[in-house]
Amino acid sequence: MNERAGTGAPHGGLAAGGEDRLVYMDNSSTTRPAPEVVEAMRKVLEEDFGNPSSLHRLGTASSRIVRNARKSVASLIGADETEIVFTSGGTEANNWAIFGTLRSLGDRSTHIVTSTVEHPSIMATVEYLRDSGYDVTLVPVDGEGFVDPEKVLKSVRKDTALVSIMLVQNEIGTVEPCREIGRLLSSLGPRRPRFHVDAVQGFGRLDIDVKKWGIDLLSMSAHKIHGPKGVGALYVRRGLRMGPLIFGGGQEAGLRSGTENVPGIAGMGAACEMWGKDRVEVLGRLAVLRKKLIEGVREAWPEAVLHGPESANVAPYIVHFSFPGFRGESILHALEKRGVFVSTGSACSSHKAKPSPIILALGRSEEEALSAIRFSMSRYTTEEEVAITVEALKESLKELLPWRESRR
Amino acid sequence: MAKIGQAFLIRYGEIALKGQNRSEFESALERHIRFALRDMEGSSTWKAHGRFYVEGVPEEHSAEAIERLSKLPGVVSVSPALKAENRIQDIKDACIRAVSAAAGNLREGTVTGEVVTGARDELTVRRKPTFKIDVRRSDKRFPLTSPELNQELGAAVLRAVRGIAVDVHNPDIWLKVEVRDVGTFVYWQEVPGPGGLPLGVSGKGILLLSGGIDSPVAGYLAIKRGVSIDALHFWSFPITGERARDKVVEICKILRNYNPFLNLYIAPFTKIQTAILEKCPERFRVTVMRRMMMRVASRLAEKQHALAIFTGENLGQVASQTLESLRVIEDASAYPVIRPLICFDKQETVKLAKEIGTYETSCLPYEDCCTVFVPKHPVTKPKLDQVLEAEKDLDIPGLVAECVDGIEKFPIDES
Repeated sequence: MNERAGTGAPHGGLAAGGEDRLVYMDNSSTTRPAPEVVEAMRKVLEEDFGNPSSLHRLGTASSRIVRNARKSVASLIGADETEIVFTSGGTEANNWAIFGTLRSLGDRSTHIVTSTVEHPSIMATVEYLRDSGYDVTLVPVDGEGFVDPEKVLKSVRKDTALVSIMLVQNEIGTVEPCREIGRLLSSLGPRRPRFHVDAVQGFGRLDIDVKKWGIDLLSMSAHKIHGPKGVGALYVRRGLRMGPLIFGGGQEAGLRSGTENVPGIAGMGAACEMWGKDRVEVLGRLAVLRKKLIEGVREAWPEAVLHGPESANVAPYIVHFSFPGFRGESILHALEKRGVFVSTGSACSSHKAKPSPIILALGRSEEEALSAIRFSMSRYTTEEEVAITVEALKESLKELLPWRESRR
Repeated sequence: MAKIGQAFLIRYGEIALKGQNRSEFESALERHIRFALRDMEGSSTWKAHGRFYVEGVPEEHSAEAIERLSKLPGVVSVSPALKAENRIQDIKDACIRAVSAAAGNLREGTVTGEVVTGARDELTVRRKPTFKIDVRRSDKRFPLTSPELNQELGAAVLRAVRGIAVDVHNPDIWLKVEVRDVGTFVYWQEVPGPGGLPLGVSGKGILLLSGGIDSPVAGYLAIKRGVSIDALHFWSFPITGERARDKVVEICKILRNYNPFLNLYIAPFTKIQTAILEKCPERFRVTVMRRMMMRVASRLAEKQHALAIFTGENLGQVASQTLESLRVIEDASAYPVIRPLICFDKQETVKLAKEIGTYETSCLPYEDCCTVFVPKHPVTKPKLDQVLEAEKDLDIPGLVAECVDGIEKFPIDES
């Protein structure tokens, strides 16, 4: 019998297989802050702790930090710094894009168009609005998760206030044709609905040009690109009428009151600067790793089903597979035991696991939706880590084989 | 103002009936009272008149003290009381203070959840709160008789407390005044305790704790009857994750309110389950699994000098809980298997789970996901020879030994 001292490592004790290496393959959930991000934040916390609204020297220094960060964010999406409003993260940006639009438009704009594979921060918001009397059109996706721009256009009506489409699907990595949707919407002329893009899973890494693409509002988050949690931003096109979500002291041009989260903003700025330097190069490397990972998974388990596009129009850091017959959560824990951290699209509640609604929206079976695993890489992922992941997956599935449901 | 102190009266029931064991049981309860109040400086505990008295708990800890004392197995009820010296003026002051406080509580509705002796369930606050005083004079040196003192005190309260009336038949506040040789105790509340027997007097037991609704309640009932419980959880990592285990830890924290010495043992169970999946006929999976649990629990019981195994099993709730099934499962145990919930309806279990505070935690997700393990058509009336046949390919001694060796005593406080 073993006395257990303290709680130990998160995967220590029973779970430990004597492995020290940790392979973090859950970067679409959150990323590890980059050293330059940590340093930028430390400096603000320890030295430049002033309130940007203060008139003295400390305040001026802080307000300069916020302005520089705003520039760094803007430069990644082709916006002007005055069009960036910092928020508490992607969820707040998404909520605000929708509520702010509806509040600033008249009573006749009561229709919202979005897709069936949006993030819960969009889904839950439009569901709430639907219950409150708004009309919502959910445009379906094809088997790879793509929204058809023509279908989006056809859903638009006279009373459509907003079209909201995500840039990168967070579970399967599909890159939605936002540029094309923006172009089609622009062709509708001045009475066109607003176009919002939830870019949280693509921001910083993928090419985005809000001006050329005809985007009015775009949501961003820092912690998906090695920045800190609790900070994000909304791009609000200049000239767009937008009501605040949070009222108060008039910070952020009166659009988002509350003393600025300066350490977070500094961290987000540092992360953006980092990506601005080597974005294309990192993506190229990730595309190679993604291919290797997909090949490795297929070799480890030929029955595995890839969700999302194979290679074109897909975020090169997201790989999503189903392993029919297995339970996603068990694979996750079996990988965890071997030091590899991933996520499932489904959550096990009580005796019944809930299938991922995204996988179901692709027209896949419940069995596939229950056995899904998302591997998500970052700029720090190495080829060796991909190999370790594949090896761990092989061992995990072997371990779980007796538990496979098809044996029943 | 006279010197009036605070005290708690702790009543215990059955212990008094237990003949030769009585003094042993009383000293056990006294130890548990002292332990429950160990961090409350200045408190003292003594026994008299078939009760325990606690004095000297700092005022700010009073609510916490009631909370803790009313959870001790063996305690029938706890009354917070004011203690006055045996002088008529002091006793009057205590009564006035008590009735004022009680009337204030009634007006604010803060007595909800506690049993107020004689109080009605719903009180119309527009009406004047009513009171009644009951005097018991056991210190016969006191100059006034009980009826005389009753009248004196009632009159004093009526004069001093505004907006109050007397109702001797159905009062809102039923004030008890006990004149003892050590002083006079004035109280009006009785907070019920669990009853039962003091912790540990019945010996030690191993509780199979799953994280569901039933097993924590079974554990509570065992604790209430004086059994010092240690919990054993079978953990199926990586089929379930750390959250399934954390949930059990949370439940143990709640059970520690009743048994502060409860230990949690975690047994790695995946290997046994995997072997069952591979080597046993599907219909018998659950029966064989329960038998393996019994074997492992028996080994733990032996090591920990426990006398019985407790489970949350209940007759007929699921297919594996028929009498036939329970008999076959119990056959694998070297110790008596006690099932406190055996004749409970689900609703009764849920009600008790809510009362003891484990219900919400039990209902959290991260249940042990045995969706894979439970066969579509489990055998409902297994026969022992069938089951022995079903498990014949298992290396039972090897699997049990490995599982027992892997058992960890898991920290409850720091996690």
